[in-house]
Amino acid sequence: MPKREKNMSNDKPKSMSIIVTKGSLDQAYPPFILATTAAAMGLDVTLFFTFYGLTLLKKKLDLKVTTLGNASMEMPMMGGHMAMPNIMAAMPGAPALTTKMMKDLIKKNGVASIDELRELAIEADVRIIACQMTLDLFDYKLEDLIDGPELGGAATYIEVATQSDINLFI
Amino acid sequence: MADETLDAKGLNCPLPILRAKKALNKLEADKTLEILATDPGSVKDFEAFCRTTGNTLIESNQDGDVYSFLIKKTS
Repeated sequence: MPKREKNMSNDKPKSMSIIVTKGSLDQAYPPFILATTAAAMGLDVTLFFTFYGLTLLKKKLDLKVTTLGNASMEMPMMGGHMAMPNIMAAMPGAPALTTKMMKDLIKKNGVASIDELRELAIEADVRIIACQMTLDLFDYKLEDLIDGPELGGAATYIEVATQSDINLFI
Repeated sequence: MADETLDAKGLNCPLPILRAKKALNKLEADKTLEILATDPGSVKDFEAFCRTTGNTLIESNQDGDVYSFLIKKTS
């Protein structure tokens, strides 16, 4: 039987897990976009937030995007594209500028905010696991985070991964 | 005529799909939902969405910059 038909039957739904390790504005998009879309397509989705990804669970999001480490970053400007060299990140105000540019682009292109996608993920019953070790390591408290994440560690994630059809690391 | 219409114009990936899913949830079985969108990526995405969820994509059209999709709730 083709896989698609199997998925449409009443068998156990397909499932996906993502390890979320990055907390910058640009890097926050892929996990939330994929999680919300997969949930809308009927998959059981689990997100495991660890290291800098854990900051995406903070009640108040203040995400930034920097040119540093984004060697191929370009911004559309005056009909062309302007390169954003790494060295720009060292200039005062540069991260604020690139963040502002990105937020303007997001708005202009009808792209959802991370707050909105996170809300939609929670609404769609995406299972959210916060990494206990990261919480301890960076001295976050559970009350700093949105309501709802369960705490877990590597073994918790591995158990999820063994039962998921798709496992991603972002 | 569709039973319900969803205006997703101006929204980008993945919002048209997410809004459509919400609208489908509210719809009874075998009713139809029309979606209007301006995201060119939504053409392929609604095909994939329907194949995976088991809903039926009855029509997919383009009129200028606006794409329209007619989905029958069959899952």
